[in-house]
Amino acid sequence: MSDRTVHTAEWAERALAEAAHHEPASREEQVLERIERARRRRPKITEERVTLAHGAGGKASRTLIEAVFVEAFRNPVLQPLDDGATLDLGTGRLVFTTDAYVVSPLFFPGGDIGDLAVNGTVNDLAVCGARPMYLSAAFVLEEGFPLADLRRITASMADAAERAGVKVVTGDTKVVQRGKADGCYVTTAGVGALERPVTLGESQVRPGDAVIVSGPIGEHGITVLIARGDLDIEADLTSDTAPLHDAVAALLDAVPVRMMRDATRGGVATVLNEVARGAGVAVTVDERALPVRPIVSGACELLGLDPLYVACEGRFVAVVDGDHAEAAVTALRRHPVGEGAAVVGRIEPGPPGMVLLNTAFGGTRIVDLLVGDPLPRIC
Amino acid sequence: MCLGIPGEIVELIPGQPELAKVEVAGVRRAINVGLVNQDGIRPGDWVLVHVGFAMSKIDEREAAATLELLRGLGQAYTDELEALAESDIT
Amino acid sequence: MRFVDEYRDAGEARRLAARIRELCEPGRRYTFMEVCGGHTHTIYKHGLEDHLPESVSLVHGPGCPVCVIPMGRVDDAIAIAREPGVIMTSFGDMMRVPGGQGSFFDAKAAGADIRMVYSPLDALKIARQNPERTVVFMAIGFETTAPSTAMTVLRAAAEGIGNFAVFCNHVTIIPAIKAILDSPDLRLDGFIGPGHVSTVIGCRPYSFIARDYGKPLVCAGFEPLDVLQSVYLLLRQLAEGRAEVENQYTRVVPWDGNQRALSAISQVMELRPHFEWRGLGFIAHSALRMREAYAAYDAETRFPVPGVRVADPKACQCGEVLKGVLKPWECKVFGTACTPETPIGTCMVSSEGACAAYYNFGRFTRRREPVPLALGPRP
Repeated sequence: MSDRTVHTAEWAERALAEAAHHEPASREEQVLERIERARRRRPKITEERVTLAHGAGGKASRTLIEAVFVEAFRNPVLQPLDDGATLDLGTGRLVFTTDAYVVSPLFFPGGDIGDLAVNGTVNDLAVCGARPMYLSAAFVLEEGFPLADLRRITASMADAAERAGVKVVTGDTKVVQRGKADGCYVTTAGVGALERPVTLGESQVRPGDAVIVSGPIGEHGITVLIARGDLDIEADLTSDTAPLHDAVAALLDAVPVRMMRDATRGGVATVLNEVARGAGVAVTVDERALPVRPIVSGACELLGLDPLYVACEGRFVAVVDGDHAEAAVTALRRHPVGEGAAVVGRIEPGPPGMVLLNTAFGGTRIVDLLVGDPLPRIC
Repeated sequence: MCLGIPGEIVELIPGQPELAKVEVAGVRRAINVGLVNQDGIRPGDWVLVHVGFAMSKIDEREAAATLELLRGLGQAYTDELEALAESDIT
Repeated sequence: MRFVDEYRDAGEARRLAARIRELCEPGRRYTFMEVCGGHTHTIYKHGLEDHLPESVSLVHGPGCPVCVIPMGRVDDAIAIAREPGVIMTSFGDMMRVPGGQGSFFDAKAAGADIRMVYSPLDALKIARQNPERTVVFMAIGFETTAPSTAMTVLRAAAEGIGNFAVFCNHVTIIPAIKAILDSPDLRLDGFIGPGHVSTVIGCRPYSFIARDYGKPLVCAGFEPLDVLQSVYLLLRQLAEGRAEVENQYTRVVPWDGNQRALSAISQVMELRPHFEWRGLGFIAHSALRMREAYAAYDAETRFPVPGVRVADPKACQCGEVLKGVLKPWECKVFGTACTPETPIGTCMVSSEGACAAYYNFGRFTRRREPVPLALGPRP
């Protein structure tokens, strides 16, 4: 071993030098307090290149958004970083949103990139309290992409738009050279009318509120993971992709709603962390109350994943007045997409910014944001 | 250090004695049973699955014995609680 | 799920916890090490420590295969991945492990072809599908995982697949446990033994722990009741003045292990004279390499491996954490310079690494006095 050169990782030494001014570790409580201070600091990007983790919806995504995009575009409408922006036009309020879709494979059990792109934007509008109305659709196509596949995608978009009562009213197409894209990417933007006199958002959340999940979680993410074929797994499972506007409207009619968000990338855990952080409260979740189908649990156990972090495309999290929790669930269960709705947790005053899970085993643990995608693990 | 999940053998794969289809809560995958098939693997058997290999055949009698022991320990406690409650010295 | 759900029952846990409290002598402190990172994960995921009395403290051992990989080996693997025509494959666990020059994810972002697999057999399948490329499998893991690598190499040899090689980083658990027992600065009362390793090596290899060191070891399953019952069995041994190897995990672990698995390993691999463990330094006969007869499948002979040693950052205390001398939060950089987003030490990378488990799951949930370990002078 003597012929080997020894050096120390420079980046690690830099990080350590930065931490050097901290007093030596002492009592656990003090250490935890120090960590919370560190967590509240503005995120810094340490990578020199974009990695897949930056697109996963977790901590790395948040860092990228805050350090690059918010930094460049800072304005009061953008600032809440909600699923859509609420625009007051004087004559009425509009919600405006956009989303890009890059799913692989393009077709999977229960859906394809087309209905995903429509439902996703419809849902972003719906959870902001708006009635979805008009969509745009932009396509980035790879040279050589089969026209039959494109027709299949657009047909499913048309169906999804009809189901959601929206119209695709403008669009764009670009074709890139073979190898420069993965078949077909779709970007949709949408506008909806905010007709109800409601104010939704993290700022409305208060201790005592109830946390509701609209149905069984993780089905889309596991379906797509299996459909990719790398894992050689078979399961009788379909994506949960669906428009949520009807269920959301029913909920808004039934009970006082504080906020809603659809649980896409990063899953329910990510939404709950956004709620805790944004509202400066704690979210306590009861593991036994979480709706998870056995087959999703089974796939997660096999792959070492946690269903709380697996993406959904037709589920949302709602925070409602705690006194109306049961009425909220009853209202949701009248709709097919809300059949599996359940009260899963409560808003508590503190510790602020934390999501705590009461486990089925009778213990407690933290549910933090993931750094990147949940990765299958063997350890 | 090693994720291992109990799965039920649902199908032997003809012509491939090292492979069998295993099911975990409705999720199916072909796994390699070359490390355990000397024990005679049959559909209905349960195995511990790790990185696509069956590592061990699960012994159902031992599983039942462990549970019985656990419940026995718990039962003794429940009995004591009841005895305590009855004797009214808390 | 059968063989899973019944070992997660909260009522049973509460009753068992009461028995555990009865076994604890008043005023006595108990410190047990769970050797295996899988147990660490179970303990945090289910909030198991909430069921333990304050006098029982669990410390996390070295049994997390990605945590003990030295940074230099990650750099070596990345160097191989950059060789022309190579597809590097490994488990999801490895993707974020930092080397001196970044992780697999960083190398992937910079252009290397690195793919995640669920099984080494999947890596072999990629080799079959890409005859013009060379597929390297970065093998990690203890004796549980080594047989699957060995079987895959045997399969490749039988099928005459020449474009497949293994970068072997398999390690063995017994020398690591011995290194910990010989460490002067630690006093443990017993071990929660690694159940899945034991499916391969059986329970006999642990007998020296009882015989020569007078410590009990209970070979434990991975559901939370398994771990709790193992704590009970350890306490009962101590109460009765015994120090023995016991098998709690009889449903899976045969006392003599799996001879087929052991002979597959020894057919393909042999012990290395020594191997560097992250934080623990060089340990003799603690890892496996490919035998001469399988040199054709050995990435270390097929590719130039730089073999650069990267010293652990000075302030990183992974070694002490891996030995159980420090609790994760006692490390100087825990949670501030070293976080799951920017891990300095490997204990922070894997979800079963002691630090990541504590950071992600454990913070705030266990508000009680830390148990002081009987510490000698730090080396």
